[in-house]
Amino acid sequence: MPSRRRRSFLPRRRTLWIAFLLAPAALIMTAFVVWPLLSALRLSFYSFNGLRPAGFAGLENFRQVLIEHPFSDWTYNALFHNVVVFLALMVFENGTAFLLAFALLKALPGHRVHQVIVFLPVVLSAVVVGFLWKLLLHPLFGLVNQSLALVGIGAHAWLGDESTALGSIILANIWHWLGFPTLVLLAGMQRIDKEVLEAARLDGAGDFKLLTQIIWPLIAPSVTIIYILTFIGSFNWFELPYIMAGLTGSPGGSTDVLGLYFYRTAFGSTTTGIQDFGQGSALAVLMFILIAGVTWMALRILRRREADL
Amino acid sequence: MNTRRIGLTIGSAIAAWGLAASVALATEISFWTWRQEDKAAYTEIFSDFTKLNPDITVKFESFPDENYPTIVSTALAAGRGGDVIHTHAYGWLEQFAKAGYFVPLDRASVPSIDNMPADALVAGTYRADGRLYSLPFASQTLGLFINKDVFAKAGLTPPKTWDEFLAVGKALKDKGIIPLANGLGTSWFNEMFVAIFTNPFLGPDFVGDLTSGKTTFKDPRYVAALGKLLELRDDMPTGYEGVDYDTAGQLFLTGRAAMLAGGSFDISTYRSEDPGIDMAFVAPPAPKAGAPAYVTKFYDGGYAVNAASPNREAALKLVNYMGTKAFGDKLSALLGDISPIKGVEIKDPMLAEVAALNRTAMPHINVVYFRFQKPTGSELLQGDITRMMAGAITPDQLAADLTAGIAKWYAPFQGK
Repeated sequence: MPSRRRRSFLPRRRTLWIAFLLAPAALIMTAFVVWPLLSALRLSFYSFNGLRPAGFAGLENFRQVLIEHPFSDWTYNALFHNVVVFLALMVFENGTAFLLAFALLKALPGHRVHQVIVFLPVVLSAVVVGFLWKLLLHPLFGLVNQSLALVGIGAHAWLGDESTALGSIILANIWHWLGFPTLVLLAGMQRIDKEVLEAARLDGAGDFKLLTQIIWPLIAPSVTIIYILTFIGSFNWFELPYIMAGLTGSPGGSTDVLGLYFYRTAFGSTTTGIQDFGQGSALAVLMFILIAGVTWMALRILRRREADL
Repeated sequence: MNTRRIGLTIGSAIAAWGLAASVALATEISFWTWRQEDKAAYTEIFSDFTKLNPDITVKFESFPDENYPTIVSTALAAGRGGDVIHTHAYGWLEQFAKAGYFVPLDRASVPSIDNMPADALVAGTYRADGRLYSLPFASQTLGLFINKDVFAKAGLTPPKTWDEFLAVGKALKDKGIIPLANGLGTSWFNEMFVAIFTNPFLGPDFVGDLTSGKTTFKDPRYVAALGKLLELRDDMPTGYEGVDYDTAGQLFLTGRAAMLAGGSFDISTYRSEDPGIDMAFVAPPAPKAGAPAYVTKFYDGGYAVNAASPNREAALKLVNYMGTKAFGDKLSALLGDISPIKGVEIKDPMLAEVAALNRTAMPHINVVYFRFQKPTGSELLQGDITRMMAGAITPDQLAADLTAGIAKWYAPFQGK
């Protein structure tokens, strides 16, 4: 009898113990993630009288940010830039990271130093990186223009010209984060059984064939992580454009992204205008749906791809 | 002897107890501001206030400028925040007044309201109920800084008219000097830049027509004034599209540029950065000889009492003090601000000149009239002006965009 009672008691005690351990994290998540999400969802259905909710407004805030000029223009302009950022990071940041990871895998002389150099900027804060690149790209005193002047190329306002501003910030972002996908992909490559790689070599596979037909399929789980993180990072992008181009996404909204547009709509700006929590919450909800929806779909597709490969 | 000693001890104890009790009974109120750099001056001012009101002490608390609206609005929404809040003016203030976060100020609780001129009170008044919620603290003037040393060395005279400005600009460039330090790399200042150079071409009649609904920004006078800005591009630094306001200040202070379109709020900053600089603050160029040259003026903000403050009476006493001549004199002397309080003495010659220019100043149109609802004139103009200066849109297109955007909430523009 006692031993039976003990058997039935143990799992319950274990469950309670696990619940006890999870409780602090669950409380923090509820207070700082779930509650703000639900709160933003609720506020997105309200119009505001100044800073207080004035009444239920149905889908009016969503209509404004999706259909009504000029708000809708600003929404689609910002969204377009997020898409550009995502594509640029996928091609240039992750593409370079893949090649760099392969180069590091080959353990060429000095690869350990290079590994540290590539990863070093990742530990810097976005604020530091933003200010650093703002200085480098300064039209009058910046190192970039000074260097170009040495080869006879005239000064350019990298962050002041609509055609180069977003590209310049993307470049700074790539410099900042390149080490992260490099490290993740390198870890994925290092997990591949060496015998597989050696067998491919013995079969006469060159670097290109090795990369495309052996390594690429075998690091699929790492690639999935990088895809997803790049997507989330691109659509939550805020710090670098905020520091390098300001809250209005200057010049002329050419660097505006959803994060900036949401922030200045919800919280206003001393120098541009007033706060609208309703419209801001609607933007936040749309961003959440977009990011969560695409991430969920992408994960399904990429996981299936992993299985196929 | 013993009796005397006992008496002295008891007397000292009573005195100490009284002192401790008065300190314990003193009300401490907090003052919230975004002006961290003004801490020393406000500490001195609050000490003066406590001398007059020994039962009240004031604690200075500051927050980063860029996050100030967020911090204040979330604190007030939670029923917290400073007892006295340093506010910005016009539309910024209105959203707080609308929500009922501030105490309406009247002459019974704040008699020093009578020391304020009418246009200053507008900056702190909620338009819907006509009540004052924030006692104005300083006006800001936008005009032209002149580096006198640079002009003297170049053998040139600062320009007074637009044509002179362009001619002087050419002469300065020939000597390797940047005529105008400004660039377009700081969004908030771009709007100020527009106001500085367009206001003299617009004149007070245009403002009257615009605010009475007779005209819109599509008015040919506004379009023509915007067109004038395009002529300034040749006088601005290389890569001006990306030159921010801080860099412009450095170009001016180091003598690489001769002029800077700027605000009176930077006079004290420039003096502290280069105490030896010989500079003047003047009106921007007039359209032609003999025409008036207008500077641009707006009120920067004021002092409001938190409606949730448990120390409302003490907070009102402080705000009332902030409307007195004694406060205004200190504010001008310590911070170089131009107080609107009647009778305030401005001893600094340069600030006195600015105060004189203020007598015929024009309002900063967007800040004073078009920052009350979304989209604000400011966000529309700040978004479009760099595009216009880059040639991506014309002044007509900017004017039409500005009018259409503001028409969303400003009835006189609707259908026009």
